[in-house]
Amino acid sequence: MSTRPVSLDEIESIAIGAWILGTGGGGSPYLALLNLRKLYADGKVVSLMDPADLADDDRVAVVSNMGAPLVGQERLTDPDTIARAVTMMEEIIGQRFRAIMSLEIGGGNALQPFMAAALLDRPVVDADCMGRAFPEAQMTSFAIHDLRMYPLTLVDVRNNAVIVARAESWKWMERLSRTACVAVGSIASTCKAPRTGQEVKECGILHSTSKALRIGRTVREARRAHRDPIEAVVESEGGLVLFRGKVNDVNRRTTEGFLRGTATLEGLDGDRARSFSLAFQNEFAVGWLDGRPRVMTPDLICLMDTVSGDAIGTETLRYGQRATVIALPAPPILTTPKGIEHVGPRAFGYDLDFRSVFAS
Amino acid sequence: MRRIGIDVGGTNTDAVLLEDDRVAHAVKTPTTADVTTGIERALARLLEESRVDRRGIDVVMIGTTHFTNAVVQRRDLTPIAAIRIGLPASASLPPFVDWPPDLAALVRAEIVQLEGGHEYDARPIVPFDAAGMRRAARRIRERGLRAAGIASVFSPLNPSCEDQAAEILREECPDIAITRSHELGRIGLLERENATLLNACLVDLARRTTDAFTAALRRSGIVADLYITQNDGTVLRAGTALQFPVYSFASGPTNSMRGAAFLSRIDDAIVVDVGGTSADIGALRHGFPREANSVVEVGGVRTLFRMPDLLSLALGGGTLVEPEPLAVGPVSVGYQLTERGTVFGGSELTVTDIAVAAGLIDLGDRRRVAALPAALVKSAIARIHAMIEEGVDRMKTDASAVPLIAVGGGSFLVPERLAGISEVVRVPHQAVANAVGAAIAQVSGEVDQIFQDLPRDEALARARRLAEDRATSAGADPATLKVVEVEDLPLAYLPGNSLRTRVRVVGDITSLARGDSRSRAGERRDGDTP
Repeated sequence: MSTRPVSLDEIESIAIGAWILGTGGGGSPYLALLNLRKLYADGKVVSLMDPADLADDDRVAVVSNMGAPLVGQERLTDPDTIARAVTMMEEIIGQRFRAIMSLEIGGGNALQPFMAAALLDRPVVDADCMGRAFPEAQMTSFAIHDLRMYPLTLVDVRNNAVIVARAESWKWMERLSRTACVAVGSIASTCKAPRTGQEVKECGILHSTSKALRIGRTVREARRAHRDPIEAVVESEGGLVLFRGKVNDVNRRTTEGFLRGTATLEGLDGDRARSFSLAFQNEFAVGWLDGRPRVMTPDLICLMDTVSGDAIGTETLRYGQRATVIALPAPPILTTPKGIEHVGPRAFGYDLDFRSVFAS
Repeated sequence: MRRIGIDVGGTNTDAVLLEDDRVAHAVKTPTTADVTTGIERALARLLEESRVDRRGIDVVMIGTTHFTNAVVQRRDLTPIAAIRIGLPASASLPPFVDWPPDLAALVRAEIVQLEGGHEYDARPIVPFDAAGMRRAARRIRERGLRAAGIASVFSPLNPSCEDQAAEILREECPDIAITRSHELGRIGLLERENATLLNACLVDLARRTTDAFTAALRRSGIVADLYITQNDGTVLRAGTALQFPVYSFASGPTNSMRGAAFLSRIDDAIVVDVGGTSADIGALRHGFPREANSVVEVGGVRTLFRMPDLLSLALGGGTLVEPEPLAVGPVSVGYQLTERGTVFGGSELTVTDIAVAAGLIDLGDRRRVAALPAALVKSAIARIHAMIEEGVDRMKTDASAVPLIAVGGGSFLVPERLAGISEVVRVPHQAVANAVGAAIAQVSGEVDQIFQDLPRDEALARARRLAEDRATSAGADPATLKVVEVEDLPLAYLPGNSLRTRVRVVGDITSLARGDSRSRAGERRDGDTP
């Protein structure tokens, strides 16, 4: 594939696909999409780079917007802050980044590298390190591979910037950066520990941007053809429809700075008289059908509006919504024994042995 | 207790007289270009035919689609100054960012972006740039602008920047109409700002329209208080309503749904309102329309209004039918049905003609459709019924069978039996259900705010008290207040058990509740609210 320009229409599709890959979290990509529409209207065009084209000693910036999605609805995401986080990291390491990649392809963060790339004139690498969205810093393929987790730069819209120069572990990195993020108003742009081309190629989740694009395209094509977008996604991605129902209870609470809770769906159509419960920590973690575990992290658990095929976030779940639960396969690295330690059900406090819904 | 409800629609102006809980009289008259004349005619007929003592009218409520139509049709809009406070935050997405270009070009006279605004915990982002506001206000005065909208980051939590900006603006431009975003509500800067700007560009029209309503009332010899109905089935006093025209955007369909609930005495049902051009399908929950889940677009602008969740089908009495191959709609002859429809002597084949041929209703000259092939009539009716059935199914959120209330001039198109519907309810006065809905509207108060470090119960109680205060100051009788919506959402990543809480209460307006123990609010079950 090498490096090729990405059209605005493709970015619109990435936004839709990324919201689905957000598995309930990650925040809506709408505001990032608006920024990109403006940047494209100003003549910017971002290129997408195949990770195979990275030289082993190339430097790659890993970016994400960190904070509360609700704050992001008032302090709107801005390409300039994410670009500053990248520039600041270049100053610290004294090297120029060859390309920029996303921390997580799920939700609004799928588009953060595109905003930075548009301003800094670098390509975006077709990869991330989650293949979905996860709530914590140690829940990445880079962490599973025990790569170095520092330094990290964090900037806000004012003239504030923080460098986390060292961290004892990925969990300490999470703690230190989270504290700084809260101090600047629970929203900040971050550039994570720089990666080499070799690290990205060996430890990244490759071609996940293309995957978001493909999913978004599938949804849009299905809508245009008046076909069921959910069926179309499941078909193209080798997923499973697990349940169709109506949200009849949502119980959310904030513990340790996360949105945790459960949602219960009452079955409709073929699932009448059954019930499905979902537990979440920002993202959906485990799903139970009639009280029995049916699907669990790291398998992707996505909740979609049954009619429109739009993803439903854990913050926008509402009583009465008609929703469909689907599962999509997780990137293989996440389902290795080491991967399961980082992102399996026990990492979220559920005493369950991971069993993939795709294991027949 | 006597109240008059008026619905000013695009085609008809309807008026009803309610005596206590009974529809005493109803009239339907054509809407006029100046609005006032139509209302005066409707009132004159209503008062004359019912022989009611005009001094005995306690309250008049008017519902209108005037403001939505102005936005949708891009007319009567005032050029405005858009003032955003929050720099350096949100700079890349300025006011009007996601508006349809033609609408933005029409109203965008001045954009001002200033430093200021707040964090989620109400700390300032940076100090408010009062000097910059002063300079902007002078520019606005020189431009001779008549309206402005002000939106500050996190103003629903701390409105002080918006208030200071409004004060400075008023000092420089004493006559300018100002809309501050925190008065319009929710978290979500762009959507709240969009509502603010839409409101600002409608304020002039709202003032003129409300003046016209008041004048029509006065000339009719009625001295009662005037209220304007809102999107959510409640009312605001005309004096307050004219400051918030955006709140009455969707009041038409809301009124017909509320009217349907009142006339049928059913609080939980699907309502289908079939007019000349379209059929609106909505869901009643506890006597109020179910609200839309998320973003609602008005004339192409994204907003977070309290709007009923509606499905509009291009299917009404005037909808054109194409025989070969069979097609129903989307084009309608609308109010020209009585000239262009076949049974009325015209040459167009409409849904009404099909219904007459099928014997669903007797209108015009049925001999004129006697020659229509029976197979065509049958398959067209089947198509119409299927459209309604599918729409109804899409709006249902519950698998169990629920009643359906059919209202509107074209309600004869709703079949007697539909899948998932327990019964189809038809009510007297169904053609003026919207005016009935206006007549029975209530007053509401709403709060949407983040509470920190409070037990959940206490946060909810505090939100409820605030909402009740707002309802009371909007004219509700405190004794009739009732919570209709509670929603709490702990916020991810925010420290200190942050809880976003939304509470809405409604009550009868003071003059209505007086001495009337049979108010609708009192009839509802206590279990209605969570």
